[in-house]
Amino acid sequence: MSELRKVNVDGKEIEVPGHYTLMQACEEAGAEIPRFCYHERLSVAGNCRMCLVEWVGAPKPMASCAMSVNDLRPNRDGSPANIRTDSAVVKKAREGVMEFLLINHPLDCPICDQGGECDLQDQAMGYGRGHTRFEEPKRAVDEKNMGPLVKTNMTRCIQCTRCVRFITEVAGVEELGLVNRGENAEITTYLQANLTSELSGNVIDLCPVGALTSRPYAFNARPWELAKTESVDVMDAVGSNIRVDARGAEVMRILPRNHDDVNEEWISDKTRFVWDGLKRQRLDKPYVRENGMLREASWGEALGKVAERLKGDPERIAAIAGDLCDMESMKALKDLLGSLGVTSMDCRVDGAAIGGQGREGYIFNSRIAGIDEADAILLIGTNPRLEASIINARIRGAWLHGEAEIGVIGEAADLTYPYEHLGTGPADIAAFAGKRGGFAAKFKKAKRPMIIVGMGALARPDGAQVLRYAGELAAKCKVVREDWNGFNVLHTAAARVGGLDIGFIPSNGGKDVAGILKAASAGEMDTVYLLGADEIDMSGLGKAFVIYQGSHGDAGAHRADVILPGAAYTEKDALYTNTEGRMQDGFRAVFPKGKAREDWAIIRALSDVVERTLPYDDLDALRATIRRPDAAAFDPAKLGKAGKVTAKPFVSPITDYYMTNPIARASATMAACAANAVGIAQAAE
Amino acid sequence: MSGRHLAKEQPDSFAFSKAGEKEAKYWIAKYPKGKERSAVIPLLWIAQKDNGGWLSEPAMRVVAERLGMAPIRVLEVATFYTMFKLEPVGEHLIQVCGTTPCMLRGSEKLIKVCKKRIGEKNTISADGKFTWEEVECLGACVNAPMVQISNASGDHYYEDLDEASMEKLLDDLAAGRNVKAGPQNDRHTSEPLGGAQTLSDKSLYNGSRAKPLKSIPNAPKAAKKPAKKGVAKKAAPKKAAPKKGAGK
Repeated sequence: MSELRKVNVDGKEIEVPGHYTLMQACEEAGAEIPRFCYHERLSVAGNCRMCLVEWVGAPKPMASCAMSVNDLRPNRDGSPANIRTDSAVVKKAREGVMEFLLINHPLDCPICDQGGECDLQDQAMGYGRGHTRFEEPKRAVDEKNMGPLVKTNMTRCIQCTRCVRFITEVAGVEELGLVNRGENAEITTYLQANLTSELSGNVIDLCPVGALTSRPYAFNARPWELAKTESVDVMDAVGSNIRVDARGAEVMRILPRNHDDVNEEWISDKTRFVWDGLKRQRLDKPYVRENGMLREASWGEALGKVAERLKGDPERIAAIAGDLCDMESMKALKDLLGSLGVTSMDCRVDGAAIGGQGREGYIFNSRIAGIDEADAILLIGTNPRLEASIINARIRGAWLHGEAEIGVIGEAADLTYPYEHLGTGPADIAAFAGKRGGFAAKFKKAKRPMIIVGMGALARPDGAQVLRYAGELAAKCKVVREDWNGFNVLHTAAARVGGLDIGFIPSNGGKDVAGILKAASAGEMDTVYLLGADEIDMSGLGKAFVIYQGSHGDAGAHRADVILPGAAYTEKDALYTNTEGRMQDGFRAVFPKGKAREDWAIIRALSDVVERTLPYDDLDALRATIRRPDAAAFDPAKLGKAGKVTAKPFVSPITDYYMTNPIARASATMAACAANAVGIAQAAE
Repeated sequence: MSGRHLAKEQPDSFAFSKAGEKEAKYWIAKYPKGKERSAVIPLLWIAQKDNGGWLSEPAMRVVAERLGMAPIRVLEVATFYTMFKLEPVGEHLIQVCGTTPCMLRGSEKLIKVCKKRIGEKNTISADGKFTWEEVECLGACVNAPMVQISNASGDHYYEDLDEASMEKLLDDLAAGRNVKAGPQNDRHTSEPLGGAQTLSDKSLYNGSRAKPLKSIPNAPKAAKKPAKKGVAKKAAPKKAAPKKGAGK
């Protein structure tokens, strides 16, 4: 690290590292610096000039975002340089910059979606003049198309280029640019094509004005009328921290919340725009199938029917927990079924061969923030761009800012960073250990090597063997060390790690998902309890009696004989454990729809009817029974099962990024994105 | 007040000519591997030449592909620099310098001729031969007023123009006659009209004024030795020491 340097900010002498910018130094000293173009996670552009400060003695004010403390010369008497952020010079400079910015900015705040949360509004109030001297006509700019998510109103643009830098640097697709010059400068995509990034929605947050706004949210609400609830996302296994903005019973939008160790301050488009799926296809009352038709029923009737079935032979009862389940409901269901003697239960809907072998065998051990430190990353059977866009951006960051090199065994997809493609199937994992040169050499010498195994490698019939291959490779390359555990499993479902932690897996000869389906189609399974499980092949359930508990009318509800309406993730206080094993609290933003109830409460009520009353009456008591599995010695080489693998290449489980769960499938916005993505793919062919 | 935009009608494809291809390779080779995109401006220029004086969208895409950069990055460059024409131009692109020296010497009259003969600026004349525009200083103020004409034969300056010579120039170009670049009023480069007036004494150039040198300055050996001795005497390090002491 560079040396500490003294600098005097507004008469207060502070000591900061020399590489700090003046802006950082001023903030360290407690001074507030207005800015538009500067963003701490993007490169410095220095073009808005709003952050001007005075260096006493210098002829002109300085852009504090672009000047480092090292560049300052001490005063003549040797005392530290004086920076002023509150002087008349600075005040005048800020007023001047603000006046210029407002010259071509329309004063259409009353009809602008950014109104109320607009940097330009706030800073014009704080640092601008009270009136304008500009009498000439203002410029107008055509609206630009950027796809179904980002709405543009480019007349409002102040050319800070944050969006261009984000799309180029973080999202990794060079699609946005600033064309023309001077007064004619405009932000646009090439030939107004749609943005193809899975992170494109973040430009809406980055835009300090109302030039880029959310298209689905357009003209829907004002920020001050929204009730804001901090929660956790369930669209993928990252567990992005989100803020759910609701008005009344409606979720109006979803925004990211900063969490440096998880999602920084980005969220994926699916996380951000899925909210309209929360309003469609909802299960709002219990249903019972009668003569082949579903009809409305009371809770009492529905629970009675379910209880009747659950009292049957426990050998012939099974349960499957889906991708969006919270930990409490899985725990409650496990306890209830356990008390009945049911052993066939599984949360690994995709059939991934993980769990039951110690916690480190199925989580992202080095943590998401660990990616920043990694210097060699081997991706096995995963396309993180689709499976966990936030993690992919992190890997890209490690490649861009650090020295990380990336190798891929699996599909050769566009991951937004260069990588060495080392093969496509399980055999290539074994072959990798013997490889020399290139990425293999770098990986073996790496200080912080990282293996990321995806569901494309594990969710297949020979998944256990593939896991053993990967584990053996990890052992051979010493990926797991005393101070570093680089063996990572990347999940695709928000519920998975939580389910495995709870132990929602078959025990004592119970059947897993494949086994349950096989038994059901053979008529050996009487009752199957689907807890939000929609991603299985429903035709495999045969003639079994199907209980579906969930929030959306999707595949599961279609097949169900009894529907118990549950709550979506924005409608319950719930725990979720993300792929790195981080347990996070989700909070209720709105109430469940209609007669729907929180999922754990449904199961608790059911337990009464079955006469196996669960020993908890409230959420806290239930949570007290959830314990993280005890840590055990971790030996990657013993993971999975030894045995033969097929030569089938790895395929990412996500074929349609925008359609991975019932909520997304109910969303019109996601449907538009999916149609758009198909169009782009076809155009590319 | 509108920005520069891509032309509405675009050709289907673009390919570098043989000479252009060669030149493109020359420019790309100038930059280290992985930094090929540094050659974007020269390549766009070559593409413009190969595309009849303007940059089409396919041409930009070809340049982007050649340099391994995103098309939007090429578009940014092409729209930034006004030397890249985004709309088709006539066979001859006439750039009239309108900056102060040329203006004082009558560039406005040239513009009038252009308007009369060709039409509004940045439009193609009816015969497809000409497009004209006003540009800032082209650095030939001493021969003001002047125009630069870009066509298949290159970019050439036509200087010391007036209405009559401008008309003639356009006539000649329209008729496909050869025109001589440079001053159009019998001046030789930027000499005074009617030939050079000063420094005409031949003795300045034929060596007759030269006087033989006694010794050659800074020559080695012979000249150096006496000089060194002189320096040694003058430097007087002995004197310096007492001075220092006195100072203290």
